[in-house]
Amino acid sequence: MVGRAMTIRNRRVPHPGGDMECQMTDETDNRRRHFLGVATGVMGLVGVGAVAYPFLASWRPSARAMALGAPVEIDVSRLEVGGMLNVEWRGTPVWVLRRSPEMLETLSMPEVVNRLRDPESRQSDQPDYARNPHRSVREEYLVVVGSCTHLGCAPMQRFDVAPADLGPDWRGGFFCACHGSLFDLAARVYSGVPAPTNLVVPPYMFADDNTIVVGLDTEV
Amino acid sequence: MLDQTRKLLAFVVAAVMLTPAVSLAAGPSIPLDRANNDVRNVASLQRGARLYMNFCLGCHSAQFMRWNRIAQDLQLTEEQVMTNLMFTGESIHDTMQIAMPAADSEVWFGKVPPDLSLISRSRGTDYLYTFLRTFYVDENGNSNNKVLEMTSMPNVLWELQGLQRAVYDENGDWTGFERFREGSMTPEQFDGAVRDIVNFLDYVGEPIQVERQRIGVMVIAFLLVFLVLSWLFKREVWRNVK
Amino acid sequence: MSATQPEVSRKLGAAGRLNEWINARFPLQKMLAEHVTEYYASKNLNFWYGFGVLSMFVLVIMIVSGIFLTMAYKPSATEAFASVEYIMRDVEYGWLIRYIHSTGASAFFIVVYLHMFRALLYGSYKKPRELVWILGMLIYLALMAEAFFGYMLPWGQMSYWGAQVIISLFGALPVIGEPLVTWIRGDFYISDITLNRFFALHVIALPLVLVFLVALHIIALHEVGSSNPDGVEIKEKKDANGVPLDGVAFHPYHTYKDVVYITIFLILFSLVVFFAPTAGGYFLETANFEPADPLVTPEAIHPVWYFTPFYAILRAVPDKLGGVILMGAAVMVLFFLPWLDRCKVKSIRYRGWQYKLALALFVVSFVVLGWLGLMPATGFYLILTQIFTIIYFAFFLFMPIYTRMEKTKPVPERVVYHA
Repeated sequence: MVGRAMTIRNRRVPHPGGDMECQMTDETDNRRRHFLGVATGVMGLVGVGAVAYPFLASWRPSARAMALGAPVEIDVSRLEVGGMLNVEWRGTPVWVLRRSPEMLETLSMPEVVNRLRDPESRQSDQPDYARNPHRSVREEYLVVVGSCTHLGCAPMQRFDVAPADLGPDWRGGFFCACHGSLFDLAARVYSGVPAPTNLVVPPYMFADDNTIVVGLDTEV
Repeated sequence: MLDQTRKLLAFVVAAVMLTPAVSLAAGPSIPLDRANNDVRNVASLQRGARLYMNFCLGCHSAQFMRWNRIAQDLQLTEEQVMTNLMFTGESIHDTMQIAMPAADSEVWFGKVPPDLSLISRSRGTDYLYTFLRTFYVDENGNSNNKVLEMTSMPNVLWELQGLQRAVYDENGDWTGFERFREGSMTPEQFDGAVRDIVNFLDYVGEPIQVERQRIGVMVIAFLLVFLVLSWLFKREVWRNVK
Repeated sequence: MSATQPEVSRKLGAAGRLNEWINARFPLQKMLAEHVTEYYASKNLNFWYGFGVLSMFVLVIMIVSGIFLTMAYKPSATEAFASVEYIMRDVEYGWLIRYIHSTGASAFFIVVYLHMFRALLYGSYKKPRELVWILGMLIYLALMAEAFFGYMLPWGQMSYWGAQVIISLFGALPVIGEPLVTWIRGDFYISDITLNRFFALHVIALPLVLVFLVALHIIALHEVGSSNPDGVEIKEKKDANGVPLDGVAFHPYHTYKDVVYITIFLILFSLVVFFAPTAGGYFLETANFEPADPLVTPEAIHPVWYFTPFYAILRAVPDKLGGVILMGAAVMVLFFLPWLDRCKVKSIRYRGWQYKLALALFVVSFVVLGWLGLMPATGFYLILTQIFTIIYFAFFLFMPIYTRMEKTKPVPERVVYHA
């Protein structure tokens, strides 16, 4: 590019050096110049790219951000059946819900399953080990990011069965008051609400029977 | 016709060369021994880290240094760092903090022990190497130091080094030390241990330094090739300027 | 060229039409021609003429790296020092960006001093380029202020105490001195608020001033044309097209030459950044690796090397106000250079021994004063400082006399150029 522009320029404009007329007729000279121009230009661009890299990389989470975003250990030994913990991880609320056998039963009830948009979590965001009807490693514990997949509001716990406002078919779940999205007790989204997918399941693992580590799993 | 310029340049260069070398660091009281440490020596850094944890970290934090960075740079696993170097209850992502409250240390030592994250950069490795080896017991039986007279820091390494007193000639000039109690190390071993500590502090002062030079070599190599290309191209462009 | 333009643009299609559309609304082509493709500078410019473009290049480096530093830096007395170490350790490639900025500060002064020295060599400040020189001097003043404010930001011991000394200089002024100092600090000592306002000046106010002045400097330069090592006005000999016979277009000729200069500069720059970022304590001073402590003064306080010549002059006089006036005069006297120099010949190539000797002595005095500024101002050093301060000022004060006495060589009609 640069080289060609140069050659055109030299042919068109009388050389300002003045004393001697332009002698750019030698074809090999032309090719040499073209080659050098392209090589210099390409290498210069590579250099600019190499310089841009560290500047762009400086926007990645720093070591401090990584430290603050480090995996969080949650002790669930004192969590009652049917109770829920809300823990902050990387600036978002992470819920740990200990589901009772009754709550787990609701996950396969037709009045729930038939109303879900993505009952098998095909379009939703979760690690593979949570791509199951109960969306968790262990059936009992649901671990999800408590942030609506619509616009990021925090859904409310609505574990009451058949309340007046949510209708007789409601078997418990989460309700986002911002725009009315509904999720069941596996945080699966109902159809016909604004939220497009199930609530996100973060990477997590059980360090032991009573300790959940959020942000770390054996697959990483 | 560039002669005048060249002569002038030569004059200026000569004038600059003739000015004595400048030492910017505030001068310690005695000539410093050379630390000759090597931040590329990972084994030395590992030994230095160990010594630092055992003898220094009780009082001196390194609040800008993260444990997981140490693990990564010193070729240790995070488990090794957690079990061998860190106190219990700390996270691998934490920086090297101390448990001692500043108010207590002020009472105990008269001064808060400084954070050592940057001590190798503010004082230099030779200073640290000499300082740690020139503790002695003075005439009054008190611990003193030849680099920093009346330092409030006790000789924490005395069990390794043993105890020494300063020796003076007839003019009262200090000539060296005389060991009056053996330590667990020979003098050579002790110098090596101090060099390891200083090496670790050198690393802590600028953890990136080895990587920085590695990148630098590539950058310079790239620029040299680019210089040849751009110079050839410039010569091509200027070929027909007469 | 204009006659063939419609035809060319029809051939070029969409890009050409866009070009036409823009140029009907904004003089892009005209500006490019005026400042780049049809700006003619002498073909015999030597390497001394590379320091102008290098100054611009360093300005760009400083602006880009500076923008990225502000993204992680905290202008607060309690957080500033730690945030610099945060950049150095925790931010990915933060160390590189910071070293580029800190090395760039010194590099800026190196290239600017050499650029100014070029002007002294070849009389670039002389008629008709007086305003180019004055605008350049204003840039230099702004640069000094920019560097001073920037040096405070790491909030190390040298930052703090250097700022303390420099701000105290204003206290030398009679009557308004002390209230002025308090007003500058915004406090009774250099504190968080001082740091915060200096940060604002460093990252917004002065960069704007600098960029504006650089634009003026270049517009003025392109109006009168670049000087050259022979001091010949190339505009006086033009060909039939109005192109100076000794000129070659800025682009491609000088631009591609500048690429070579920039590459050489980058090699030297990278050697410092990657292998000696503190430059032995000159670019990053050892005392600045200790956090600022208003209660403990470091053993030796001095400004960074690029200020030390003036700092030495300040200390040459055993009087506070006298020192400050002399230091101010040492900078301001440079503004008058175009009128102090009475010699008609521009380039040192054709000037008499008087100016050559005076310039050599001046350069030596500047360098030696720079060294003395790092030394204690006592005894032998003080005497040396006073001697070289006299030489420094003698260069300017006697200039109207010795430049008139010069026996110059004949200046050629055309520039001297060997391909």
